[in-house]
Amino acid sequence: MDLSQDHFALFGLPRRFVVDTAELERLYHELQGRVHPDKFAHAGDADKRLAMQWATQANEAYLTLKSPLKRAQYLMHLAGHDAQIERNTAMPTDFLVEQMEWREAVAEARDVADVAELGHLHHRMRKEVSAQYDTLHQALDVAPDFARAAELVRQLMFQEKLLHEIDDALEAVEA
Amino acid sequence: MALLQIAEPGESAAPHEHRLAVGIDLGTTNSLVATVRSGMAVVLSDDQGRPLLPSVVHYDGAVVVGFEAQARQSLDPKNTIVSVKRFMGRGLKDIAHVESMPYDFVEAEGMVKLRTAAGVKSPVEISADILKALRDRAEGSLGGQLTGAVITVPAYFDDAQRQATKDAARLAGLNVLRLLNEPTAAAIAYGLDNASEGIFAVYDLGGGTFDISILQLSKGVFQVLATGGDSALGGDDFDQRVFCWIIEQAKLAPLSHQDARLLLTHAREAKEYLTSHGEAPITVKLGGSEYVDVKLTTAVFSEISKTLVRKTLTPTRKALRDAGLVPEDIKGVVMVGGSTRMPQIQRAVAEYFGREPLNNLDPDKVVALGAAIQANLLAGNRATGDDWLLLDVIPLSLGLETMGGLVEKVIPRNSTIPAARAQEFTTFKDGQTAMVLHVVQGERELVSDCRSLARFELRGIPPMVAGAARIRVTFQVDADGLLSVNAREQTTGHEAHVEVKPSYGLGDDEITSMLRDSFNHASDDAFRRALREAQVEAQRLLEAVQSALKEDAHLLSTLEAAHVENLVARLQGVMIGDDRRAIDDAMDALNKGTGEFAARRMNQGVQRALSGKKVSEL
Repeated sequence: MDLSQDHFALFGLPRRFVVDTAELERLYHELQGRVHPDKFAHAGDADKRLAMQWATQANEAYLTLKSPLKRAQYLMHLAGHDAQIERNTAMPTDFLVEQMEWREAVAEARDVADVAELGHLHHRMRKEVSAQYDTLHQALDVAPDFARAAELVRQLMFQEKLLHEIDDALEAVEA
Repeated sequence: MALLQIAEPGESAAPHEHRLAVGIDLGTTNSLVATVRSGMAVVLSDDQGRPLLPSVVHYDGAVVVGFEAQARQSLDPKNTIVSVKRFMGRGLKDIAHVESMPYDFVEAEGMVKLRTAAGVKSPVEISADILKALRDRAEGSLGGQLTGAVITVPAYFDDAQRQATKDAARLAGLNVLRLLNEPTAAAIAYGLDNASEGIFAVYDLGGGTFDISILQLSKGVFQVLATGGDSALGGDDFDQRVFCWIIEQAKLAPLSHQDARLLLTHAREAKEYLTSHGEAPITVKLGGSEYVDVKLTTAVFSEISKTLVRKTLTPTRKALRDAGLVPEDIKGVVMVGGSTRMPQIQRAVAEYFGREPLNNLDPDKVVALGAAIQANLLAGNRATGDDWLLLDVIPLSLGLETMGGLVEKVIPRNSTIPAARAQEFTTFKDGQTAMVLHVVQGERELVSDCRSLARFELRGIPPMVAGAARIRVTFQVDADGLLSVNAREQTTGHEAHVEVKPSYGLGDDEITSMLRDSFNHASDDAFRRALREAQVEAQRLLEAVQSALKEDAHLLSTLEAAHVENLVARLQGVMIGDDRRAIDDAMDALNKGTGEFAARRMNQGVQRALSGKKVSEL
């Protein structure tokens, strides 16, 4: 046990994309129940410093493993493939065209303050993202193909950002 | 009445002794102190049975705090400081309505100061005077010196405001166990009281601050999912609206400071009266020959304050969205803060969440009670397995200024604390050997729209071509929500390393010298107090080490154990004497000498956590 181990090892979880999030949360709470600074508020300075380091690490690990996109990126990083995500920005043309169409649709709905349409777009994008994650599971866990996984991760970064933008538009329109 | 317990001769009662710990709600308008006695959280009242201490300090020959100070505010507004919380960690330009305030402000680096009959005072010193009054009340009532205190702060307080609060507590001679967010404190009081499970919102509108927190309560874990608010919005602003309305209605000429203060007091009384009445008569005789005689109805009050009510719903929506939730997901809305008594607030919250808010706890006391419950836990008065876990967040993103006045966010808002993040930066020019790091807090993209927390220089970067240096900047936010930053050049192995504290905070030297100054005024007494504090601290450390040795002696070799025992004996030897320096040195040695032991114990704890065993099963 040490602070430099990877996030999966910290929770004693197998290094894979599919994670039982309820179990992850339970382990996270168990771990924080042991190391959180509140457990050492009346202890000496050495304990306090260690508690802060461990609790910080537990928070970082939980945050990374909880989000599917962050988890996928982290898996790629552990496998030594993160450079691909950063440098290779090429995208299939049809994906890019599709993204442009999405953006136009969102902009249009926002301009006319069409809450129902924005809600509908949000729902559709959620479904697409969910399907992408299923494919990513294949490329990471079932039949490992890091080049394909990297491509999916890059696309998902676009798509998650778009979801945020729809959220922002909904917020702006509703306020 | 409970009987007092006396220990067996020769057997110390120390390890089972109930440590005196309090929770303090340092409010804009009123402050409170509470403790857990016989398993029950109670607010400690003053000798006249009054639980609230008005957060008002009057400076003249003597320092007067509370009701007595409040009584002087119309007579001597310049030396009677009210709502000092609004000035904590703030510069003059940040404070609203400065022109209508009766104070003599002094612009100082970082934080504004006030010139009074007792000299120039910083908001930290003024807050410390309020905290001292509460500490005296608690120690008088509990009959002993406090082990520590949990001080509450608005969840939306930024780093500068938190740092200022912690400094004030230290200046008041309090050992700060934790800074706790006010809505979280309320959630603890509410959640433990009602054994609640599910997602709750805490809507906290105080005298000068507004917070909204979304929490998930499950099996002894209080997890804050998101928080938001406005650290300059509260009951005071509603008073101000009524005040302006009266001036307009009664067509009053510009007022003297005394008249303004008087009218503001009447405005506040009218607001409070409207909580249970349809209209409030306002009759005031001003200093000249002018009379004010108007009636304020609830309808008019709602109308003139409607923008303020709306201003609370914007952060509410944002917090829900940050938590990825919609109003229907919320199981209950806990109302906190005296200002939530206003009917228009109750209506607006009920309407937004589509359910009646929960008002079953006293909105004035719930924060102090929750803080007391947490203080009791942090002081170690509860057994393992009989405790709970609190996971809180930072309210505002922390970042660094980059080229073009843009902000690079390093730790995003609503990150669970403690949190750390490192980011790499590089040089802009060939041969650049120094770099200014500007730490900011806020959500906007431009540095000028965020709050500046600190600027520091990293020197000694080896000259290289632009973009070749690798400067790793690490942000660490502790469990109090306080930031420390350090930077390091990594390419050449050359290390330049700087630790900073945000510039709004007082340096340790400054605190020490302020403490020393206050000691000099009552030196003998203060010396004994300082010594007693060191002894209490030493006792606490000894108890912690001894209980660790009892539980986990197997983690040390015979030699190592002997070494620790040695250090323990040394501290025990000096702590009964009156050499404070020797006590500090012995504590320092024990702290250092148990570092490795602490690390092994922590590892063991982690292993147990992951072996699937619940804390309660061990």
